[in-house]
Amino acid sequence: MKTGAKILIEGLQREGVETIFGYPGGVVLPIYDELYNSSLRHILVRHEQAAAHAADGFARASGRVGVCLATSGPGACNLVTGIATAYMDSVPIVALTGQVPTSLLGNDAFQESDITGITLPITKHNYLVKRTEDLGHVIREAFYISRTGRPGPVLIDLPKDVSTKEISYEFPASDEVNLRGYQPTYKGHTRQIDKAIEMIMEAERPLLYIGGGVIASNAAGELVKLAESMMIPVTTTLMGLGAIPCDHPLNLGMLGMHGTRYANYAVTESDLLISIGVRFDDRVTGKLDTFASQARIIHIDIDPAEIGKNKKVDVPIVGDSKSVLQEMLARIQKKKDYQKWMSRIRTWKEKYPMKYPQDGALRPQFVIEQLSELLKGEGIIVSEVGQNQMWTAQYYCFRHPRTWITSGGLGTMGYGFPAAMGAHFARPDQVVFDIAGDGSFQMNIQELGTVSHYQIPVKVAILNNRFLGMVRQWQELFYDRRYSYTELPPVDFVKIANAYGIEGIRVEDCKDVRPALQAAIETEGPFVLDFRVEREENVFPMVPAGAAINEMIGGHIE
Amino acid sequence: MKPHTLSVLVENRPGVLSRVTGLFSRRGFNIESLAVGVCEEPEMSRITIVCIGDDAQIEQVMKQLNKLIDVIKVSDITENDRVERELALVKVTAEPGSSRAEIMQIASIFRAQIIDVGTRTVVLSITGDTEKIDALEKLLRQYGVKELVRTGKIAILRGAKTVKSTK
Ligand SMILES: Cc1ncc(C[n+]2csc(CCOP(=O)(O)OP(=O)(O)O)c2C)c(N)n1
Ligand SMILES: [Mg+2]
Repeated sequence: MKTGAKILIEGLQREGVETIFGYPGGVVLPIYDELYNSSLRHILVRHEQAAAHAADGFARASGRVGVCLATSGPGACNLVTGIATAYMDSVPIVALTGQVPTSLLGNDAFQESDITGITLPITKHNYLVKRTEDLGHVIREAFYISRTGRPGPVLIDLPKDVSTKEISYEFPASDEVNLRGYQPTYKGHTRQIDKAIEMIMEAERPLLYIGGGVIASNAAGELVKLAESMMIPVTTTLMGLGAIPCDHPLNLGMLGMHGTRYANYAVTESDLLISIGVRFDDRVTGKLDTFASQARIIHIDIDPAEIGKNKKVDVPIVGDSKSVLQEMLARIQKKKDYQKWMSRIRTWKEKYPMKYPQDGALRPQFVIEQLSELLKGEGIIVSEVGQNQMWTAQYYCFRHPRTWITSGGLGTMGYGFPAAMGAHFARPDQVVFDIAGDGSFQMNIQELGTVSHYQIPVKVAILNNRFLGMVRQWQELFYDRRYSYTELPPVDFVKIANAYGIEGIRVEDCKDVRPALQAAIETEGPFVLDFRVEREENVFPMVPAGAAINEMIGGHIE
Repeated sequence: MKPHTLSVLVENRPGVLSRVTGLFSRRGFNIESLAVGVCEEPEMSRITIVCIGDDAQIEQVMKQLNKLIDVIKVSDITENDRVERELALVKVTAEPGSSRAEIMQIASIFRAQIIDVGTRTVVLSITGDTEKIDALEKLLRQYGVKELVRTGKIAILRGAKTVKSTK
């Protein structure tokens, strides 16, 4: 005989789970009691939101399903932002929540909240398990749904009596899951792939537009091969950074609102946009009808609903990026010469490089560049949200997929620090940095407790401008510098770190940046760096809201 | 923009209906009518949804519905040869006398049944396509429609063709 809690733990282990992030409470007591003697590692966070983000960071860094656990009511509700963050960026996590006993469901019992109802629009699927007998297969289905197709969060709500009830149960030997309502398409349609290749051969100015889908499907290698074998330039979204090395000659960097000028110009003049694992998000496209308006569009995505959602597509290909790219690689024969197009792009690159003032002031871009040089683009870089995020995307030289972890779709401040904790458990061999804003860091600053407790060696580099910088930037540019509630009083982050038993350094001068970063890297445990940067530095270039992406402002300093 | 009739085959599980309707409201799609019930397969239900939108919107609705794990199949049967029915119950003010006789006459023209007769009201039951029910309702308005209950449209393909799970 086994309790539901025991079946749960066994189920997690069968899925290969080693670490979960959680926070206890009344209705999950039976599960915690089972964890007490289990070989599963449980990381006690200081706020459930952090558990969800940590599971998410783990999943992004490893490509495996991340798991978080919370109690009912307030615990479950605290997961919501983290689940929504994972949903928007298609990250596979399984969220386990306790629930009041089935006999009390719907009674407004103590700490009852309808978490399956609440998370309906932000999960790929969710379950309220009412019978212990169902638990085993629900766990298998949940993991299967979470990691396959377009990945996403799945929530399992577990009433207390479901966890305590004892039944005799053995997991079936076969791990196969078959759901008649869920049959993702992995292989692209051959005729469509042929059509795409024909179009590439006809094109004069092709451009690969690459997103997080390529990272999620582990297709970065195939992408680079395709780009190289056809000599097609590549631009990536925020989520696609790392799919191609930053300094690859075919790489144009990021496109969109804070993309490079050359990427945005290339999109605007391209006659064929080969879009893979992207969703034509408004932060990428700017004004939609001018986006790639000269181009025919090929769109490869595993989610048919993304194809044609925002932009009319000429060749839709539903399938897994990796499989479709392999298929394309197997079929291309001759190489085309896009010399004229490449030389036009080269001119833009030379004329409009990414630049910021070099006047000796401590600028955030400089901090990122220094870190990038020190780590040689290795390590795992996580960011918060705001200017810190955009500068990191612009100035850190990413070389590998899954080394850049950021909340793209939801833009969740407070994501980075806990996600960095999760990333560490996925890749303990790597240095993990959270590039933070002073505002964002304070949204989950309580996790200093967690990193201190478990000596999780996450390095936090705060680009401290004492502003909600990104909002301030918009107020400066579009609201006449009326800084309404965006200034933050100074905080001594080093002292806070010290109070948790964590080392830290404050840096106010350019010359101290490198030694401080070095110290953080060389320190075994966690570390906090408080960079007092130029307060009113802006992220440039920038596409103002509603403008076409080639109508960029700033960033081109002669 | 025109009404589309979608036949949606779903797993017969708690919460399925809220997943489906939640999706419509969340994505800003309007439901004109919705009818749900068990079907020939014991573990499935069939939902018939009438919604209005342009082709791109309907395509998006269908794709989003298809993404729901509990949705087995979605078919737009608007262009198919099909029969449609809706049931309506109408409570009409009918004072004994001439108006009552008129109402009964209208009912018989529409092949509606009088299923309840009160001292001052009668209840009519009518099945038919949407237009027929609309027409009857319009005629009855002059007597005073006290209450109107409609089931929402259900539809089925003519001939041997079916909307079945192929997955
Ligand atoms: C949870 C949350 N609340 C509000 C916002 C809106 N927002 C976007 S960027 C930003 C400012 C971020 O400030 P900080 O973390 O200091 O970063 P900076 O832009 O200064 O680098 C705000 C408030 C958000 N993205 N997330
Ligand atoms: Mg700030």
